Amino acid sequence: MMNSQTESSDPFAGERLKESPFHPRQAALNLRNAWSSWNGYKFADYYYDEEYEYFCVRNSCATYDICPMQKYIISGVDAEAMLDRMVTRDITKLKENRVTYVCWCTDEGRLIDDGTIFKLGTDKFLLTCGSPSLAWLRKSAFGFNQMKIEDASDTIAGLSFQGPTTCEVLKRMGLEGIDQLKPFCIAHFSFAGSEDKPLMVSRTGFTGDLGYELWINPSLALSFWDALYAAGEDYGIQPYGEAATNMARLEAGFIMPGMEFNEALKTIHYHYDQTPFELSLDWLVDFKKPHFNGRTALMSARDTGSEYTLIKLDIEGNKPAEESFLYADEGCIKEIGYVTSAMWSPVVKANIALAMVKTEAIKDSIWAEIYYTKELRHHSKVAKCKVQSKPFWAPDRARATPPAAF
Amino acid sequence: MDDYDNIIIGAGHNGLICATYLAQKGHSVLLLESSSHVGGLAATREFHPGYKVSVAHSLSHFSETVASELNLSAHGFNPSGETLETIGLNLQGTPVVLSGDQISGVSTDDAEKYSEYLAVLKRFAKVLKPFWLKTMPRIGHNTVSDLMTFGHLGLNLRMLGKKDMGEFMRVATLPARDLMDENFDNDLLKAVLSWDGLVGSKMAPRSPNATVLNMLYRMSGKDHGAHSLPEGGIESLINALKMAAVSAGVEIQTNAAVSRIIVDGDENGLKATGVELADGRKISAIRVISSADPKRTFLNLVGAKNLEIEFTNRINRLRCDGYVAKLHLALSDLPMFTGVEKPCGRMIIAPEMDAIEFAFDHAKYGEYSDSPVMEILLPSVKDSTLAPKGCHVLSAHVMYIPHSLKTGWTDHAKEALYQTLVQTLERYAPGITKHIVHGELMTPADLEQTFNVTGGHWHHTELAMDQMLMMRPTYEAGQYSSPVKGLYLCGAGSHPGGGLMGGPGHNAAKEILRAEKKR
Repeated sequence: MMNSQTESSDPFAGERLKESPFHPRQAALNLRNAWSSWNGYKFADYYYDEEYEYFCVRNSCATYDICPMQKYIISGVDAEAMLDRMVTRDITKLKENRVTYVCWCTDEGRLIDDGTIFKLGTDKFLLTCGSPSLAWLRKSAFGFNQMKIEDASDTIAGLSFQGPTTCEVLKRMGLEGIDQLKPFCIAHFSFAGSEDKPLMVSRTGFTGDLGYELWINPSLALSFWDALYAAGEDYGIQPYGEAATNMARLEAGFIMPGMEFNEALKTIHYHYDQTPFELSLDWLVDFKKPHFNGRTALMSARDTGSEYTLIKLDIEGNKPAEESFLYADEGCIKEIGYVTSAMWSPVVKANIALAMVKTEAIKDSIWAEIYYTKELRHHSKVAKCKVQSKPFWAPDRARATPPAAF
Repeated sequence: MDDYDNIIIGAGHNGLICATYLAQKGHSVLLLESSSHVGGLAATREFHPGYKVSVAHSLSHFSETVASELNLSAHGFNPSGETLETIGLNLQGTPVVLSGDQISGVSTDDAEKYSEYLAVLKRFAKVLKPFWLKTMPRIGHNTVSDLMTFGHLGLNLRMLGKKDMGEFMRVATLPARDLMDENFDNDLLKAVLSWDGLVGSKMAPRSPNATVLNMLYRMSGKDHGAHSLPEGGIESLINALKMAAVSAGVEIQTNAAVSRIIVDGDENGLKATGVELADGRKISAIRVISSADPKRTFLNLVGAKNLEIEFTNRINRLRCDGYVAKLHLALSDLPMFTGVEKPCGRMIIAPEMDAIEFAFDHAKYGEYSDSPVMEILLPSVKDSTLAPKGCHVLSAHVMYIPHSLKTGWTDHAKEALYQTLVQTLERYAPGITKHIVHGELMTPADLEQTFNVTGGHWHHTELAMDQMLMMRPTYEAGQYSSPVKGLYLCGAGSHPGGGLMGGPGHNAAKEILRAEKKR
């Protein structure tokens, strides 16, 4: 690791947060020193101002360090079969140089985690996810002998590059043909005169907007950063942290572990974890597949119906319904659910939320009891909620190929 | 159209029993056996020209229900009226001899205590007896029959009365050592009485777990756990089971090793639809029933790709290593054992409880003790057909011999163990060495190879609390059905367990017939 301030005499050497390959550049830009951690890496909550960073994502372009994300290379003749049995989607249909969003469950059909699978070659896949998953992958691989799992979390540097001008910046960086790359596709580019195309670009992201994820060897991380920031200078390129990510993903309707779902392998209380159906991820569960982990349990969960369902709410007023309880009546007598994530969305100009609501109560009226503070005084209000079926933010430009030039 | 209603893998006694029950109800049944003969670990084989023996060498708890329902007596199975004495060999003096309720070679105190001890255990054994032949309730599925089974067990325990019920709860998982120390003074007696709770398991006198339950399981037999040999030996039981199967219409194919269970899938999920044999033949059936051990069945024959992840890992973690080796000696004369008039009983070499414990200590670390403990039988004393005239066969279960010897089971390692065993026998039966015409030692690794049993384990997988009852072999497969539709289990790895008992074969067949009726 490239930890500048740790020395061998440091009694806490093993406890210090690791630094990402992009850390020297990010540290220089982290004006507020607002660090938290993710998977053992020092990780920015925000660099200067979360709202500013959010607006960069929505209006120009910004980078988000995904080095701490967990990355596993699963390769070998049995790799596809092993992954296909692990995840609920049919990945035998996934074409080379394509990416797909997946989730995987316990035998009981409870969601362990979600992530993306990149098909890098016939027998080579990259799985990325938020939490360390090696133990589960190894369990899943038992009985599949012609394959191996490599934890590439520290050996691939990743930078999520999101916003409407990202394609333009990448063009200016010299990534020829990048404007032809379609959503969920992968392309490889040469970098710094190297002919072996060390730069992998996938048109993926966690903001619901136009964006790319850029993957490169850690040894090239800094020179790559410099080249990207040089190309993006006129486009206001800026790093963004966890806070802005959380805003953008909520507008896009994406779920977060620890917010919308509790990872099943870390859940102690009975059924405090979720099925994909509860999280409205029905479209990820492919029952045409004869077998995948949790299939039998999910089949019966589907037939029984979920007690709770994750829905999108448009709430009257402008007070975010953070941690609100939801009721079937304005008098707040009959409790029907709770808000998992909420915000005032600047881009859609609406008070939005994701919420877990009793399935039977979704079609009737929903009221949120909102607590908020105004100059130290606590207030509460009850606001009417409207169920929204589409993502709050899903602009055409997110899918346009080629993306607009700037 | 399927070739058969049922394909059963493995023609051990449980495979034969399950097949017969199903065939009697009009099912077509194909019973496939990889070796050239039926009987599995109870098959009688010629291990030296003119000398025959079976790995399982006596009966203690073969189900009377199965024997009568399958009318085995009509097929030549006549359980013996007399039981074998259990003799604790003693180099220092009088052996301890147990013969039914009778005991000799111990103090008056111990003898009195023995009657009380036996009476209590018999009461406990009676409580459990009905449940060895029942499907255990499925956890979390509160069907009427599941609740009835729970209720029945609860009621039986309650009917014991306050004192006995409390005592049952207390001793059920007690180490043999504690139970014996509470009751007796004579250390040889304690060792002999512990034997049947320990043999075949990875447990020693100081291991808390299922020793007492194992004893009670064996005490479900007609003679309350006393061993016996039927007329015509173990072979007569296997022959009777085979005849019963054939006359019920079961088609038996030997030399028919199954290489995989065929699992097909569509939008309704996976289903076992037949088997593929080693020679490439494919045979289809409505259901496939495996009497092979759970690891072999699920990991080798079905394959992890057709199973769920946590289930696969649970199966993989089943403890299947056997700790009993088998010694077979062809003898030119009847050996005489110190202190024993005629060697017609079941003789145990375990001079004290610590002898068993110390033998186990080595096995825990992949070694074996220089002083192994063993159970010896000369089946040819009762059945002269097992050896040439005037000659004899010695059969011994030797503990604790690890399946995975640290140094590997090389020829040298086996020869060294064989010599150790012969020397031990020579001390108890002076002169026996010179009568040895031929010797065969089967380590658990050899038993695995010869009989296709993972780990060479008597019970296919350890008969311990966490792998018993509704957890046997593991939940999701504890009711003879399995997570793969159309695939059932009927072997020793299922409730109630192994030994020549027949419970799994019987219970599996009843469960399959019940499921069929429900449809």
